[in-house]
Amino acid sequence: MKSFTPLTRKNDNQPVRYLVVDDSVFARKNLGRMIESFGGEVAGEAGDGCTAITEYARVKPDIVLMDVTMPQMEGIEAVERIVRQNPDARIVMVSSVGYQDNILAALQKGARHFVQKPVKPDVLYEIIRYVLNDDTANVPAAPVEVRS
Amino acid sequence: MKMQLIQPFISAADCVLATALEGPAKIGDLTMDQEDYRPRGYAARISIHGDIEGRIVVDMTSETALRVASALSGQQVEAADETVRETVHELANMMIGNAVTLLNDHGYQFKVLPPEQHTSDEPVQSKSDTEELAIFFDTSCGRIFLSVRMRYNLRERANRVPVPALS
Repeated sequence: MKSFTPLTRKNDNQPVRYLVVDDSVFARKNLGRMIESFGGEVAGEAGDGCTAITEYARVKPDIVLMDVTMPQMEGIEAVERIVRQNPDARIVMVSSVGYQDNILAALQKGARHFVQKPVKPDVLYEIIRYVLNDDTANVPAAPVEVRS
Repeated sequence: MKMQLIQPFISAADCVLATALEGPAKIGDLTMDQEDYRPRGYAARISIHGDIEGRIVVDMTSETALRVASALSGQQVEAADETVRETVHELANMMIGNAVTLLNDHGYQFKVLPPEQHTSDEPVQSKSDTEELAIFFDTSCGRIFLSVRMRYNLRERANRVPVPALS
């Protein structure tokens, strides 16, 4: 996988911590590999919206990557609940269904961005940089290499 | 089945396969059939309900599924296990999700159900009043088959047509 300049938190220069929410184990692993290539750390995972809410409270991630269609509680409802309790939560929707109504609903509930599957690492990297904005600093270190 | 209904599925599958497998996919010939679809190995069936209803099957042999799983997971997958099933389902989700996006942008509304697994031992049952359209894609991992059986649900759509206000 392509290497990226690591994204780190500005306040303590530590890796950005992610919560990855998707009912597909394969999709979570795939996003996890991308996160590694961005120099980040998967702080938690969830396979549905309910677990995402409890995991968010437990790990307090810097960013959440959230699927839309999931069992028990869908991603958009989980976004609403997380953002209600944590207005500063940074959530990026990651879904194969990217029609306008879906995107608008997610943004209205508090998601910061939307990326359609299949996810291209370059696109996700730029979106995360944008969403984290002032809270991250690119450390001019050697690119991270992920062994596959 | 009208071409305008099937075209988004072909376009989305072509685009998703090329992106996910990082290589061009060559589109094969279209065929029509009335029989129930019999999977070749690993198959994911996705049903849709709404203005359009029916089902789509994404299917590939076990050998191709192993190669696809290895390519998508970035590591060699040796045995036909849960990873392979998950990969086929996720690939199907991406293909159908992208097609649904295209159809929704044209005003069609419907719900997509989660994928169900089918194996070569069991034919995929479908309503007999719709014909099946099958196509395949030759990829770097092998041949991937797409079977679409759908129809317009005119009653559902008619229920949503807004009534113009009287002037």
